[in-house]
Amino acid sequence: MDDKTLIAKRVALELKAGSLVNLGIGLPTLVAAFLPRDIEVFFQSENGIVGMLALPEEGLEVEDLTDAGGSPIGALPGAATFDSAMSFGLIRGGHLDLTVLGGLQVDEAGRLANWMVPGKMVPGMGGAMDLVSGAKRVIVAMTHTVKGESKIVRQCSLPLTSTRPVSLVVTELAVIEPTSDGLVLRELAPGVSVAAVLRVTQAELIVPAQVQEMPIV
Amino acid sequence: MRKTVSLAEAVEQVPDGASVMIGGFMGVGTPPRLIDETIRQGKKGLTIIANDTARPGVGIGRLIDARLVRKVIASHIGTNPVTQRQMLAGEIDVELVPQSTLIERIRAGGYGLGGILTSTGLGTVVEDGKRTIEVDGRLFLLEKPLMADFAFIYAKQADYLGNLAYVLTARNFNPVMAMAGNVVVAEAQSIVPVGVIPPDAVMTPAVLVKCLIARERRNG
Repeated sequence: MDDKTLIAKRVALELKAGSLVNLGIGLPTLVAAFLPRDIEVFFQSENGIVGMLALPEEGLEVEDLTDAGGSPIGALPGAATFDSAMSFGLIRGGHLDLTVLGGLQVDEAGRLANWMVPGKMVPGMGGAMDLVSGAKRVIVAMTHTVKGESKIVRQCSLPLTSTRPVSLVVTELAVIEPTSDGLVLRELAPGVSVAAVLRVTQAELIVPAQVQEMPIV
Repeated sequence: MRKTVSLAEAVEQVPDGASVMIGGFMGVGTPPRLIDETIRQGKKGLTIIANDTARPGVGIGRLIDARLVRKVIASHIGTNPVTQRQMLAGEIDVELVPQSTLIERIRAGGYGLGGILTSTGLGTVVEDGKRTIEVDGRLFLLEKPLMADFAFIYAKQADYLGNLAYVLTARNFNPVMAMAGNVVVAEAQSIVPVGVIPPDAVMTPAVLVKCLIARERRNG
């Protein structure tokens, strides 16, 4: 199993039946593919739909029905579309149960940086600041390191997306929960030791007596 | 001026340097003929207010390609390397605004509000230079209204009066911008007799629409 599949599978376990979920672009989009079959979730896309679905098959594209990246999608029976004010009212107003976002850094206070690298990458925040500030739960799905550098850091050096702490961080090595005491190591990927995680993590992690293995198959 | 005007007439009203809100999200819901004509007439120094600049060759990205834009107020330019290049070269001024704040600033402009209070952006670079206001113990950023000289709107249907209906995810910023443009120019995929769009299905009432772009005349 490659790292991204592992992360997506573990995040998929956090999706609850009947919940309203927004998946960010990139790695988080993979989560939808690993949803247990018996669970129905409503996916929101911030360009104005609840109930989006992957395009069922080639040839059914509708030019006026797309995801936030502009790619054609399908829609569940019972889907609803609306303007951008309502779409972000759903997000900012606390109606969104969960968002899964990619990350560049998460720090010991649980704060996420994921929208720019000064001087290098200035894409704009899009809806990221709203999602982190407004969703009931925020899960960061990201690789643990980039070019050997830890993405779980003492303090974010990149511009913050929000000062509000995220709910959970899932990497290919571990599940980490930000708490008021600091970052707690909750789970380890299969075959990964606590020492191996600590070795590649810049931030201080609180390690409970029992750290369970990710319940993924 | 009649409400139904030719594409050329509609765009001729836009002076160089005008501010223009343009509906759409990654080009979906962006009026294609109005973009074509703006390029054909070579409008210069425009300020574009929109969610994004799509991709090179797509929607608003085509105005960027043609170097008609001096300033962009948007939530995201990451999908358009040309916008980023022009920004880094100092040719375009880009103001990045969180997406919910952008749509609400436009709504505030169109709905006659003095601004909005939002927690989005607190404690980040978005807060720089802005007032914070405490309401019942919660802190908010004051974000000011946005209006524009023109709003370019794309609808699925317009009736002869200019009542508009949008479809699926092509609605996005369009109905909100139709409230905030001083001159609202609407392009529709089809124009239908009055009554075909039932009152409850009208999303932008005709009173807001100054110009409706006539259908192309097709010869032969």
